[in-house]
Parts: sequence; structure tokens; C-alpha cells
Amino acid sequence: MTNRTLRGKTAVVGVGETTYYKRSGSPDSEFVLAVKAILAACQDAGIDARDVDGFASYSNDRNDPSRIAAALGIRELKFSNMQWGGGGGHGSGAVASAAAAVATGVADCVVVFRALAQGQFGRFGQGPKMAAISGDAAYSLPYGVLSAAQMFAMRCTRHLHETGVSRDTYKAVSLAAYHHAQNNPRAVMYGRPLTSEAYDDARWIVEPYQLYDCCMENDGAAALIIVSAERAKDMKNKPAYVLGAVAGSEYRNGAPCHNAPLYATSSFTGIAPRLYEMAGVKPKDVDALQSYENFTGGVVMSIIEHGFCSHEEANSFLTYDNLIAQGGKLPLNTSGGNLAECYMHGLELITEAVRQIRGDSSNQVKNAKVSMITSGPMVTPASSAIFGSLETL
Amino acid sequence: MSASQFYLPEGLPAPAPAPDGLDKPYWEGVQGNKLIVQRCKACKTFQWGPEWLCHKCHSFDIGWEEVAPNGVIYSWERAWHPVHPALKEHGPYIVVLVELPHAGNIRMIGNLLGDPRQEIKIGSKLDAVFEHHAGSKMPYTLVHWRVSK
Repeated sequence: MTNRTLRGKTAVVGVGETTYYKRSGSPDSEFVLAVKAILAACQDAGIDARDVDGFASYSNDRNDPSRIAAALGIRELKFSNMQWGGGGGHGSGAVASAAAAVATGVADCVVVFRALAQGQFGRFGQGPKMAAISGDAAYSLPYGVLSAAQMFAMRCTRHLHETGVSRDTYKAVSLAAYHHAQNNPRAVMYGRPLTSEAYDDARWIVEPYQLYDCCMENDGAAALIIVSAERAKDMKNKPAYVLGAVAGSEYRNGAPCHNAPLYATSSFTGIAPRLYEMAGVKPKDVDALQSYENFTGGVVMSIIEHGFCSHEEANSFLTYDNLIAQGGKLPLNTSGGNLAECYMHGLELITEAVRQIRGDSSNQVKNAKVSMITSGPMVTPASSAIFGSLETL
Repeated sequence: MSASQFYLPEGLPAPAPAPDGLDKPYWEGVQGNKLIVQRCKACKTFQWGPEWLCHKCHSFDIGWEEVAPNGVIYSWERAWHPVHPALKEHGPYIVVLVELPHAGNIRMIGNLLGDPRQEIKIGSKLDAVFEHHAGSKMPYTLVHWRVSK
């Protein structure tokens, strides 16, 4: 079989989001947030929401596509796809699913969305409160490993130990995100800059993460729309072509009780080479990177595993100056991302990657042609995607 | 044993054997101060956490073997922010990921006993300490670790 690739066959033609709120701040229910983001993306694309015929999401999104289709009066639903796996690991994977459906004629107009109302359904940063637990979790929860931060801190500690990467790189990731959020009126942290001193003085959450190494907890929703490359040509926005989108995890990454063989990784060692091969680009071609921040340490690992620098180069390369859109070598999380724009489970990173190609980011990288996303470090499965402008096809 | 002798305050989720019986030998073992883990009878591969079959050879004839209750620190974390009501006003506390080199380098999680502010070194040798919650409605035992003397 030849030509088994997603490269250039589909494009994102619309993005949308609700107002982003602090957790519990949304006046709307999660379902209403989801529908509002989808309508906003349709409006941005210039299409009638009734013409959407597919949905892709991840992380057990609670908003059933059949129910959304009924609420929106969608004429015919052809594709309804949920990716297994927790966290934001499948954000780019949902793009891959949607693009695959459109590229193969399964559906024509697929929405990728994520909605979260942590106020309505419970905070991600709090541990579970059941009296007893069995199965894999019985080997961690009773020892006080209850939250995502506590689950992943151990991987980062091992990574720092094995590689000699400094925690200064974590700080650079955090400061760059907050810097970008100051130019982004959508950002929850807009108007709330973070100083170097405030980062350093913040309390520990769980070593090696301080407060500003951790993502926020938010309410909101975001959505994007994927159609065929052919159809995208005639639509109102500059298309962000899907050059590559891949997902997965390494050998026994999901082994229980922290027994993944490649423990000191962020789960991208297999994904990164597959992504670059499909997209036909190299790390040096990437103009802007949106890298999922559950915690800054995972971003550092993601950047290294995607070949932007080696472990040996990380301490000199991953600096604030290199990570900002205004002249940096690797503009990172240019909307503020999960740390400072909104924790929309990384879907806000994907809409930002689209904006970089369109040229309407609040921290626009000049002439951005190749725009990349990494979704969900340290979780399994994880995923990554690359968008390109017309000239990259 | 009184509550004050437990490393973490009571009220966190208590471990219970899986209803399907998969890990019963482990939970019974620790109540008797024994560390018992999975080892494939067919190919001798150690495996942790518990699975119904061997990931190496796909044999369903998984055995359980007692291993020496010691290991080394593979990784660690010190938790400060309480994410559970039982942990309010408590902390910090230390969690270690312990590697068992004599059992196929399997890893398990436990708490590191002693000063919660102690310096922690990856590679330090540890001995297991069995913490019995005999007074619990469903008695259980946690496996903690202490730096070897």
C-alpha cells in the first residue's frame, strides 16, 4: 500500500473557545461550554454548525457527540470518536483521528473539542476520597500518591538525576508562558505577570515542582474544525494543513505501579520520529512549539525527546530568551498554554498552533510556516501533531 | 498499634485485594511480613504490578515468590501540598520508588520513614518496614522503607 499518510490531506479551518474561567468560575454547565466553543469554531470557519458530521475528543470527555448533534440539529452524524487515556495525552491524537476520518471519506467536517467544568465535576488537583481502593491504585493512593502532580513528580526526579538537566529549565518554561499570557486577552493570567523572584519564592507542591511548575485548574471549552485540504482552499481562513499527527506509547509504558521500562521519559521516544517522518519536516523547521504542560518538567522532557536539543544542550538552550516569541529560537506556548492561558486539557495549545499558521496569534512568530504541538507528557498514550501553511505542502 | 505510629494520617484510601483475586497473595503476604511478588513459572520473569499473564512469554501460569524485603531508591518525591482532607496540616512526606535488583528490577512505591526533611539519594539501599493496620475494619498492611544501616 502506498501513500499511507495524513500529510497535507486535511486542514484546520476554524477555531473557537469560550471565555476561559478560573475553576468553578463558569456560569455555564460543561455541556453549554462545549456547545458554545463548537459554535464559535463554526462561526470562525464560516460554516453552518448543522453541517458538522463528526466529533473527536479524548480523556473521557463527558459531552456525548450524539447529544451535541441533537442539541445543534446536526443533519447526519457520521463519526464519533473517543480516545482512551487520561490527561491531555490524546489532544493531538484526536486531531489524528479527525484528520484520518476526513482523509478517508468517513466524514467530511469533523470537530475536535474538549470541555471542562472542574467546578461542576470536581478538581483535577485533588485526590480521590474513597474509603478503600483495589487494583493498580491500591499500590499508590495509600502512600499519598493521589494527584497528577504526585504521580508524575517521580518521573521528573529520575529524569533530572539521569540527565543532569537543571530545574532552571523548568523556570524558563514557566516564565515564558506567563510572559506570553500578558499579550493574550483570552488568558486567565492576562494582567498577572510572573516575576523570576515570585517563581523562586513560590511554595513546593511536590518536589521537584513548585507552584508555578503546575498547570492551572479551569472551566471552559475549545474546539477546532477539520475538513479536506481541497475544501479548505475555498474557505475564509488561511488553512492550517495537517502535516502529521501521531499517537501512542512505548513498550510497556502502561506497566502498573511505575514499572514503565523507559521511566525517565515523557512517552515521546517512539512518537517523535514517526511524527517527523509523516510530516516531512525536522525540528529545525519548526517555527513555534506548543508543548503540553501538566508540569514544566514534562515540557522539558518533551522538547528534548522531540529533538530540539539534547540532554547535554538543555541547560544552555532552554532559557527564557530562547523560549519567547519575540526573538527566541524556539517560541514555546505562545498563548500562555496550560500554565497561564487556560488549562483546557491542551486543546487551547492546538488552537494556538493553528493561529500561528494563520498569523493571528497574540504572540505571533513572524512568517510561521510550521507549527507543532506535543500533547500529554509522561502519560500514555501521548500524541503530537504538526500543522503547516500552504507553502509547506 | 496506635494511629500515631502510622507514617501518614489515617483516612487515605485503604488498599483492598482486587475482587477478582488477582493480587491476593501479595496482600496476604505483607500481613505476615513477607514480600511476595509475581514470577512466571514458565520463563522465570519477575513482574510487577500483578497481571493475569506473563508479559514476556504469555503463560497464564504465574507464580508468586517471596523476595528479600530490600531494595534501592530509584526515584523519590517530597509532597508538601495536601490534596486530601486527611493530609491537611500534615507534611511534608516522602514517597520513594524502590527498585528490587534481586527481583528483575521491579519497582514498588512506598513511604520513606524517618525525618520527612531528610536528604534523599537515588541509589540508597533500603529495607522494607511492614506497617500493620490491624485495627482497620478490613485489616491491611502497607510496605514502607527505611534507609539501611
